[in-house]
Amino acid sequence: MVRNQRPKPQTAERQKIMKDSIRQTVSVTNPQGFHMRPMAAFVEAANRFPCAVTVTRLGMAPVNGKSILSLMGLVAIEGTELIVEVTGPRAAEAIQALVSVFQRNYDEEQ
Amino acid sequence: MEIKRGIPVSPGVAIGPAFVVETEGTRIPHRTIKKSQIDQEIERLRKALREAVADAHANRDAISEKLGKQYGAIFAAHALLIEDAELVGEIERLIAQQNYGAEYAVSRTMRRHAKALEALNQPLFSTRASDLFDIEKSILSHLVGEQGGDPLQNLQEPIILLAHDLTPSQTANLNPRMVYAFATEAGGKASHTAIMAGVLEIPAVVGLGRTLMDVSGGDEVIVDGNRGVVILNPDEETRERYLVLQRQFGNFAKRLDELRELPAETKDGVRAVLLGNIEFPQESGHCTDRGGDGIGLYRTEFLYLNKTRDPNESEQYEAYMAVLRAIGPDKPVVIRTMDLGADKLFNQADIYLDEKNPCLGMRSVRLCLRNLVLFKTQLRAILRASPHGNLRVMFPMISTLMELRQCKMILGDVKEELEEERIDFNRKIPIGTMIEVPSAALMAEEMAKEVNFLSIGTNDLIQYTLAADRTNEHVASLYTAGDPSILRLIDHIIRAATKHGAEVCVCGEMSGDPIYTILLLGLGLRQLSMTPQNIPEIKKIIRSITVEEAKTVAQEALRFETARDVNNYLREQTRRVLPEVVVN
Repeated sequence: MVRNQRPKPQTAERQKIMKDSIRQTVSVTNPQGFHMRPMAAFVEAANRFPCAVTVTRLGMAPVNGKSILSLMGLVAIEGTELIVEVTGPRAAEAIQALVSVFQRNYDEEQ
Repeated sequence: MEIKRGIPVSPGVAIGPAFVVETEGTRIPHRTIKKSQIDQEIERLRKALREAVADAHANRDAISEKLGKQYGAIFAAHALLIEDAELVGEIERLIAQQNYGAEYAVSRTMRRHAKALEALNQPLFSTRASDLFDIEKSILSHLVGEQGGDPLQNLQEPIILLAHDLTPSQTANLNPRMVYAFATEAGGKASHTAIMAGVLEIPAVVGLGRTLMDVSGGDEVIVDGNRGVVILNPDEETRERYLVLQRQFGNFAKRLDELRELPAETKDGVRAVLLGNIEFPQESGHCTDRGGDGIGLYRTEFLYLNKTRDPNESEQYEAYMAVLRAIGPDKPVVIRTMDLGADKLFNQADIYLDEKNPCLGMRSVRLCLRNLVLFKTQLRAILRASPHGNLRVMFPMISTLMELRQCKMILGDVKEELEEERIDFNRKIPIGTMIEVPSAALMAEEMAKEVNFLSIGTNDLIQYTLAADRTNEHVASLYTAGDPSILRLIDHIIRAATKHGAEVCVCGEMSGDPIYTILLLGLGLRQLSMTPQNIPEIKKIIRSITVEEAKTVAQEALRFETARDVNNYLREQTRRVLPEVVVN
């Protein structure tokens, strides 16, 4: 479900921009979709890190991962694939925290 | 531009900035600010946002404790939304770049996002629009709360009021110089709010359905109280057209005003009687101001609504006397006995709960005949007021002759009681029955023999004859007074009344709709009872034709086989007589 997708090295210039940038594709498994509570958890996690966070749904422009409003606009229902991308300091740590949000089951939590 | 259709309840056209009143009463005042105030305004916004976040956190803690963490988490999400950088950025840009007041900027932004979410048509996601409305309300309450006072009472400029619903008292307190018009999502033609709009004489449309989420305070809005149309953010062409209409309507209204002292007499000298329909005693003045010949329908339901007990005899007596004092001793005042469903009455709801079909159930006179204490109390009050004027009593929703006879018998009992108590009343008080159920219409001859007058309640007659509820948009098109079946029933009722020497009147909305005036006159009707606002216009039509012309029109109209042909023909004939009157 979660697979590593390190960007392929391209031109030198591109590589420079992509420095410290990590992408990972996740898929929404919750029958309720990527709903308010996981979104809130995602935004809270994103805001703990200094790096930039974007989330992209295939065919749509990337949105700010630190904005719950923007995430709502993704309309990610069950089965939707999303690309989480972090750029900047502590990126590796951040991506782990963010991806783990998608692995928790929110409907069984009390 | 967006066009919404509702029910026209008070005529006239108005254009102005929207002022939105939410269900819970949070208001969005439209303000633009001076450039020098931008920093201050943004600071005011940020303070409100901080307070709203604190509220959301408090809610999260309280709800987590009470219901569990997963429910509290919803409010944690709300807090994140209120602090959302994208959202706050957008609001602040509106303040800094467009110079919107903070409230307007918040409302605009929230509505834009809520609408986008709803437009996705994804049930899982569209419910989130309601989260956004919740947040909007919370932020606004902090912004508005800080300013204090009731903004509706402190308007700085004239506005068009938009609301989910208004209470009659809210409506009654509107200042017609500051509120050009109003429109509501809820409500029907007979709601108190609608009636109060007529009293205030401001254009009004009700029953729009969902509208508020499409509009922000300050948006330009047109309310067309003639046709029941509300236009949000009109394009230039529409705006121009309405400015012209507004001017024409103003001129026309002024000319109608000049008719006040003239009788409703045809060109060949036949006099018609134009009466007013009222609900509140205060409306009597309206009717006389318009040159009405009396009250053809005094609805008494207001006495029973929102009460924790049934109204007593003296309360009712006072209300009836207030109308008689306003109208004078000679002009007729027709009081209709209580015409409500059990659900609206204190003490009754539980007995008749779960009626599958309340329209066809225990209501109106049926309820009175089952609850004689209630019925007799009203009849006593009416009889006691009767010596003080030209008072008449009328029974609604009669469907069989037996019911009518029972009503008359109970009235007789009450008379006897008063006689024994030596209380004065008019022994010959005229008695009438409404003809609004098809069975009663078909039995009109027998009905006419029993009473002094018949009053055709076209609203229910159309509903029951065509089996169509006009507030149900899917079948509303079936509901029209122009249906040939309705014309034939009315023709039959007027003939029956005339044959047996009973007076006959139409008191439904049909009588105030100008396209039916010539028809009704031509069918032999000489009494019409309508919303007082319509009296001058109807009078103008009557004064513009002869009875012979009207008879020809009526005979022709009776020949058509479909409602569409009838209505087209009558519209054309009315336009011929008085071009400025036909509005659609």
